[in-house]
Amino acid sequence: MSVIENNTEQCGNSLTRELTQNPLKKIWVPSSKNGLPERHISQRKVCMTNCPTLIVTVGLPARGKTYISKKLTRYLNWIDVPTKEFNVGQYRRECVKIYKSFEFFRPDNEEGLKIRKQCALAALNDVRQFLTDEGGQVAVFDATNTTRERRETIIRFAEQNGFKVFFVESVCEDPDVIAENIVQVKLGSPDYTHCNTEEAVADFMKRIKCYENSYQPLDEELDRDLSFIKIIDVGRRYLVNRVQDHIQSRIVYYLMNIHITPRSIYLCRHGESDLNVKGRIGGDSGLSARGKQFADALGQFIQSQNISDLKVWTSQMKRTIQTAEAVGVPYEQWKALNEIDAGVCEELMYEEIQLKFPLEFALRDQDKYRYRYPKGESYEDLVQRLEPVIMELERQENVLVICHQAVMRCLLAYFLDKTAEELPYLKCPLHTVLKLTPVAYGCKVESVCLKVEAVNTHRDRPMNVNVHRTAEDALQTVPPHL
Amino acid sequence: MMDALPKDFLRRTRCDSAASRPQFTNCPTMIVMVGLPARGKTYISKKLTRYLNWIGVPTQVFNLGQYRREAVQTYKNYEFFRPDNEEAMKIRRACASSAMKDIANYFAKEQGQVAVFDATNTTRERRGVIISFAKEKGYKVFFIESICDDPEIIEANIMQVKLSSPDYENYDKEEALVDFLKRIDCYKMSYVSLDEEKERHLSFIKIFNVGSRYLVNRVQDHMQSRIVYYLMNIHVTPRSIYLSRHGESELNLLGRIGGDSGLSSQGLKYARALSEFIRGQSIKDLKVWTSHMRRTIQTAEALGVPYEQWKALNEIDAGVCEEMTYEEIQATNPEEFALRDQDKYRYRYPKGESYEDLVHRLEPVIMELERQENVLVICHQAVMRCLLAYFLDKSADDLPYLKCPLHTVLKLTPLAYGCKVESFYLNIQAVNTHRDKPTDVNIARKPEEALRTVPEHL
Repeated sequence: MSVIENNTEQCGNSLTRELTQNPLKKIWVPSSKNGLPERHISQRKVCMTNCPTLIVTVGLPARGKTYISKKLTRYLNWIDVPTKEFNVGQYRRECVKIYKSFEFFRPDNEEGLKIRKQCALAALNDVRQFLTDEGGQVAVFDATNTTRERRETIIRFAEQNGFKVFFVESVCEDPDVIAENIVQVKLGSPDYTHCNTEEAVADFMKRIKCYENSYQPLDEELDRDLSFIKIIDVGRRYLVNRVQDHIQSRIVYYLMNIHITPRSIYLCRHGESDLNVKGRIGGDSGLSARGKQFADALGQFIQSQNISDLKVWTSQMKRTIQTAEAVGVPYEQWKALNEIDAGVCEELMYEEIQLKFPLEFALRDQDKYRYRYPKGESYEDLVQRLEPVIMELERQENVLVICHQAVMRCLLAYFLDKTAEELPYLKCPLHTVLKLTPVAYGCKVESVCLKVEAVNTHRDRPMNVNVHRTAEDALQTVPPHL
Repeated sequence: MMDALPKDFLRRTRCDSAASRPQFTNCPTMIVMVGLPARGKTYISKKLTRYLNWIGVPTQVFNLGQYRREAVQTYKNYEFFRPDNEEAMKIRRACASSAMKDIANYFAKEQGQVAVFDATNTTRERRGVIISFAKEKGYKVFFIESICDDPEIIEANIMQVKLSSPDYENYDKEEALVDFLKRIDCYKMSYVSLDEEKERHLSFIKIFNVGSRYLVNRVQDHMQSRIVYYLMNIHVTPRSIYLSRHGESELNLLGRIGGDSGLSSQGLKYARALSEFIRGQSIKDLKVWTSHMRRTIQTAEALGVPYEQWKALNEIDAGVCEEMTYEEIQATNPEEFALRDQDKYRYRYPKGESYEDLVHRLEPVIMELERQENVLVICHQAVMRCLLAYFLDKSADDLPYLKCPLHTVLKLTPLAYGCKVESFYLNIQAVNTHRDKPTDVNIARKPEEALRTVPEHL
């Protein structure tokens, strides 16, 4: 912050410093005396928070704490908030190589308690490192944290290090939900590799019992100065207390929109378009003959899947709408699902981009996620644009999203937890439907190729990304076209 | 060239319905306020209604107090509200029925989507009546209860909005306060708060002490989720929002729209004047926001304080018309030019955006403005019109013609149920960029008619 103020004073008469446009992201930044862009803070959309945040889960075993931790972490990373989860159970497994039985968790097991406390402290230490030294912004401390005493320890730790604390408590007494949790994620745990199902369930139930007696849920009165959300019965009811800042507000909104009702999300691109065939990017062309075939095949495929209450979403571009028309069910158009805006490169072939804008072409290969087309968008912009789509996808149940290559990559990256580096190179070929089904802590992906030929539109990162490379090197990975 | 596409598609791509996003809800929703007097129910009702209308959900408030004032022309004193006042009870019940009838009419005949029923609704019995009514008609119901026991807040509320009510025209301040407090007491005896257990099948949010705590139960759909998010982000801490455009730009001088040019010399003068003005205002903890376009950033640079860049604050994308003068647009795209004048709010530039798209794009900015305290937003003409329309509750028809001249700062301060606006022209000359709606918007009009209202430029 002080960098900007100092410089302004130095400039004396001219109160406005020179601006240069960062060549990669096309962001205007003040330039220092030697003409180079200055180190400029918040170029992000908004400053999420001033200091790092520690999210602390609270709840008995099998209440979905790890599910929530992982999902929340995935979401925050996708919206560009560096987040990491720290699961104390994992620390315990590293410490105590072999899990014998629930007895380890008995409240009168002195040895067990000692080890568990050590693990919690080791995890907190790693949290401190992540938030203070590694540029992390949010750390999710995933453990039961069921006693006020344990929570006090964490609060003191956070205070010492200047972290904000936000508790996420999951309270659930529905035996069906708990049983389902145990089946879905506990039986497959390393703790129970040597047990059969009945044994594992019996042991785990006893484990839960060990915590029950000392469980002190967050209390509206006693904990009224803490910031927290209490999730009751998998989202039927929420108690939200003292949201401190923007990121906590976004976290609350996200948690209030997710659900665990089984469903599937189908992602696909529009059918092959006329511009696809010519190797041109962007534009708003119609479907080619093969594209229309795909649309019909898609209609048949969807019918055969017998999906209950399927919602169909398209962008506002002709090619996705034409594709949806063939499916024959009502669909909703989202402008937010429009393909990435290639600005001055709209409707050009890669060969033409290399010819007219070789520097831009190289910059894009250097950092495809952050690179913004002149007068266009970047993948980073796309993610921001798509956030309301993701939020609504979380709320919905069965949905088919007919979109575009870059858009589909962004959505896929969210569901499959891909990094910003991998995202722009995810393979999303034409005429292929991806069926995503949430399972355990992640997402099952089934890829269905609908057997209608189409051009390949995937351009891999070339070996040579130097701005001085030859045209040949630049165009090495361009897929064939007419 | 369009291939043989269904007429529906053509209509959809033009200006109709689902502009940027799909349906919020399938059936009409009644939002029912609950709470003792002076708990902010009307404040929330009006603010929420303003927000929903701005994002495109036709919403209206039905304030029971107003119905009562129409039925009982003169308010005497709190005795009207005594629970043992049979006559008054009869009148109050009749008012509630009348309001509900109007709500039904609003949904059935006026394309309303949300009706906010602003009344105390403090008994389970009254809520039961409303629920039956809604069930019969097929409306969804969402309750918003405001609970507050902080006597300072309550007194502040009374001072801000009750004393100036028509009910207390003939009272002096102290008398009014005393009477109103007795009025509240009349409700307290029979007040039954929404119960987490007994009413657990209802959809509601309980707001405690102006937002320090919330209890949210059974959110049914997207819109209720958005409403909850909005309610959880608003606050009542006094603050001001300053809106200004960038200083005059090079393209402004040439009468060209859009683009990404730098400031003209007048524009630079404005930037410095803005800096002095802001310093003079002595604003505590001011946040400064700009767009990603050069002209707003250059303007902010002169302030000498940190600022944040928002891509969402970029000017409306004029697509194929970027950097053209109106004369050029008329020459090259006369039909587009006419269509825009016919419906400036919904009209989308080819390969560009509409005001409707802009509102959608700006929604996260509004949400964050609600969370923040003192903020200066340096933006652009169309963007500023959208933001202003939100704060001043302007309709979609008025929005694209709001006057947002260059080199003028608008200071918005929330007051009672609305917003006080102070306009500061910083005395630096600038071109006029405001083009009024011409009289003739017919596609077949003459160029002179089309260009009649174009402001002067080089």
